[in-house]
Amino acid sequence: MIQVENLSKKFADVQAVKDISFRVEKGKIWGFLGPNGAGKTTTMRILTGYLPPNEGWARINGLDVGSDLKSIKRMVGYLPEVVPVYSDLTVKEFLRFVAELYGIERKKIRFAIDRVVEKTNLQNVYGRLIKNISRGYRQRLGIAQAIIHEPEVLILDEPTIGLDPAQIIEIREMIRSFKDSATVILSSHILAEITQVCDGAVIIKEGRLMATLTRDEWGKNLEIVTTGMASGTDWSDLQQAFPVISEVRAEGQVLKLEFRETLNDFNKIIKYLIEKDIRIKEIKAGLEALYMKVILAEEGRAS
Amino acid sequence: MKDIWTITKKELKSFLYSPIAYILTAFFLLVSGFFFYNILVWANDQTMRMMQSGQGLNHININQMLFEPFFNNMTIILMFLLPMLTMRLFADEKKMRTEELLLTSPLRLSAIIIGKYLTALIIYAIILLLTATYAIFVFVYGNPELAPLLTAYLGLFLLGAVFIAIGLFASALTENQVIAAVISFSSIILIWVISWVGESGPEAWRGILTYLSFFSHFKNMVSGVIDTQDIVYYLTFIFLGLYLTRSIFEFRKWR
Repeated sequence: MIQVENLSKKFADVQAVKDISFRVEKGKIWGFLGPNGAGKTTTMRILTGYLPPNEGWARINGLDVGSDLKSIKRMVGYLPEVVPVYSDLTVKEFLRFVAELYGIERKKIRFAIDRVVEKTNLQNVYGRLIKNISRGYRQRLGIAQAIIHEPEVLILDEPTIGLDPAQIIEIREMIRSFKDSATVILSSHILAEITQVCDGAVIIKEGRLMATLTRDEWGKNLEIVTTGMASGTDWSDLQQAFPVISEVRAEGQVLKLEFRETLNDFNKIIKYLIEKDIRIKEIKAGLEALYMKVILAEEGRAS
Repeated sequence: MKDIWTITKKELKSFLYSPIAYILTAFFLLVSGFFFYNILVWANDQTMRMMQSGQGLNHININQMLFEPFFNNMTIILMFLLPMLTMRLFADEKKMRTEELLLTSPLRLSAIIIGKYLTALIIYAIILLLTATYAIFVFVYGNPELAPLLTAYLGLFLLGAVFIAIGLFASALTENQVIAAVISFSSIILIWVISWVGESGPEAWRGILTYLSFFSHFKNMVSGVIDTQDIVYYLTFIFLGLYLTRSIFEFRKWR
């Protein structure tokens, strides 16, 4: 479990993180969501023991990131935004080095390397120099080095940035598979990624916590942007067809649905609307709507 | 100890895979070989002259005529060479962002620093060992004294060890290797000649500045004299260099 309480970090003249609190239960995947420079990386660096906080505290499985640094570092696997690899080593040599860094016993190193190579599908580039492998393999190698010591907590900073769509899907699936063995935190500025992979999200902007959202919350609403919808359309039939819908509101061309319980599959509703000849332009899953609400509300308060 | 070796092993690998170590060694041997040859020719010439003028052979000392000037010249080469050996140690980690891997691993910061220091020291020792081939030739054709030669080598090794500690510190300051090299090179020169300031300055300063300068400590060892004071001086300097490197990392966490 990860607990963060009133965490603040200040650099010379920049308040990078201010008063952030949240908690992630064991075996869950949580996302850090926010624009670039919001403080996601700084928070992650504090959790990995790379930076000490100025105020507040963070605990991982009950251990403090400030005072139990050595245990924390053994417990946490970390993929920084820029994959930390030595381009003049081969994949094999690099993984061996990381295994030694984490103090894995000599006779178990071979086994540990085989395990992560298989898990991250690096077999094809195993003997190659890192400078000669592609961006996708490099990212997978970054994940491999983060999980080589079987961490209980995995922290991934923008794990899918700069990858092509096929690679993104592959990495996302890989991240989901870690759920069995680890608590995961990942950062992203792609909403769809958080919706697909995470159980909850922390929205950070300018170093401050804007909102904490869970899958239960964002799974409970949906926004459908349509074209050519006549105003004053009666939607009671939709509610009758899907009792799970607790409220339907039409705001201009946007149809807003709220559900009584978390809904992971909207396909039937969409199909129903299409059959009713509603032309759908865009579907905003719940998180997107909530995210915009939070960010806009904040901007409204500021101005 | 195992942790230090983990870093050293990896660093040696990186050095051996890159052309830097080979090029530095080759140029060092080329330049030092050139110096040695010239000093040898000069010493030979002097000996001939002394014999002709009937000054007797007991005035001739191979160690003094050959090795002393040779070692003095080597220090100049080392001033240029060692900053180039140390410049990448931390600067490159920062530039390639691999520093995060090291600093989030359970390894102690001191183990990382000592591991890197040891790598440069090992490569330097190998280079130094290669110059011993010159001495072997002198032993084959003449009969110099071994003890003062070994003392001089020890002195040169310790002096280089100090240069490396300074270079390591400079490398931790920046992510630019060239800047790291310039900082270490100029620091070495300044510490080298700091005694000059003392010579014209007030009495109280003279002693301190002369003590601080590399020059006064190296002079003794090249002429074959081991003084514990000199050894302590070198070791203190090395410790200080490594300690300050560590402080840089501690400081950066809060910056």
